Amino acid sequence: MNRFIIPLLAFIVLVGFLGVGLTLKPRELPSPFIGKPAPAFSLPGLSPAQPAFNNRQMAGAVWLLNVWASWCVACRTEHPLLNQLAQTTTVPIVGLNYKDDAGDAAAWLRRFGNPYTHIPFDPRGNVGIEYGVYGVPETYLIDKNGIIRFKQIGPITPDILERELLPLIEKLRKEPA
Amino acid sequence: MIRQAPLAAAAIAAIIALLIGFAATASVEAVNFENARQESLYTDLLAELRCLVCANQSLSDSNADLAKDLRGKVRRMVADGRSREAIVDYMVERYGEFVLYRPRFSAATFFLWVAPFVLALAGFGFVAALARRKSQQVSPDPDTDARLQKARALIEDERHW
Repeated sequence: MNRFIIPLLAFIVLVGFLGVGLTLKPRELPSPFIGKPAPAFSLPGLSPAQPAFNNRQMAGAVWLLNVWASWCVACRTEHPLLNQLAQTTTVPIVGLNYKDDAGDAAAWLRRFGNPYTHIPFDPRGNVGIEYGVYGVPETYLIDKNGIIRFKQIGPITPDILERELLPLIEKLRKEPA
Repeated sequence: MIRQAPLAAAAIAAIIALLIGFAATASVEAVNFENARQESLYTDLLAELRCLVCANQSLSDSNADLAKDLRGKVRRMVADGRSREAIVDYMVERYGEFVLYRPRFSAATFFLWVAPFVLALAGFGFVAALARRKSQQVSPDPDTDARLQKARALIEDERHW
């Protein structure tokens, strides 16, 4: 009897580990950026009519940096939520247009709405690399001191918005600059 | 068996030729560096850095857009004369340890590095213990000596006859 119990226990432990493994998402990497200063960048706007953007101008504000592109299908599912966020809150949403065509991006915004206060244009993806972007959309929440406090890889869902993002924005807004 | 040997040799040669062909057609863009040292640093780094969006390919294996961009970034940093450590640090700062095929030894990766050795030692210990138990089981039973003694005595008796 005893000689079966040890392999059986080992098997149960193994199944336990594999079971936990199934619930993990290997594609969602823990961002090493949380708690670190957002890399400085300066980019022209999406169209010549729009002002250039430098992230230093956001000092003192709690703001969102949303990385998007017109070729990004998941951005489309996320977009209504960003529109709603822009209408119901005063948190500035900066939309980094990533590896995109300016004409396509502008047409996309006309079609789906524009929730962004600024649209820095990053056609070659250099700022994306600085921010460790590897899947679009990605969203960073940056505090008054320019520190990244939260990162969402993939679309923001209503659940994440309600449970994590909005409470954190409220909390960060109360922190001193 | 002997007649098949040339056939097997030909098959092996074909497989080797194919593998060499695949290696030669890897997707890396042609790049020019000022010196050979920079070039070897570049190729080393590409083999060591993981492509983030394609499961288990290195930057040099991957055709993904992001891998191309990161190759460009590595190329520019190498051309700027940055050291291997500086470039690896840059990547780890942005993408975490995941980007390295050989994660660095730290508190977070301690078990990753140590566990194989611990498990191997445990395995050897287990096998050794098993072997010892086996060898103890076949040890001679206590009255063998007595019987040998008797046998020798009998042989002696025979001689006296």
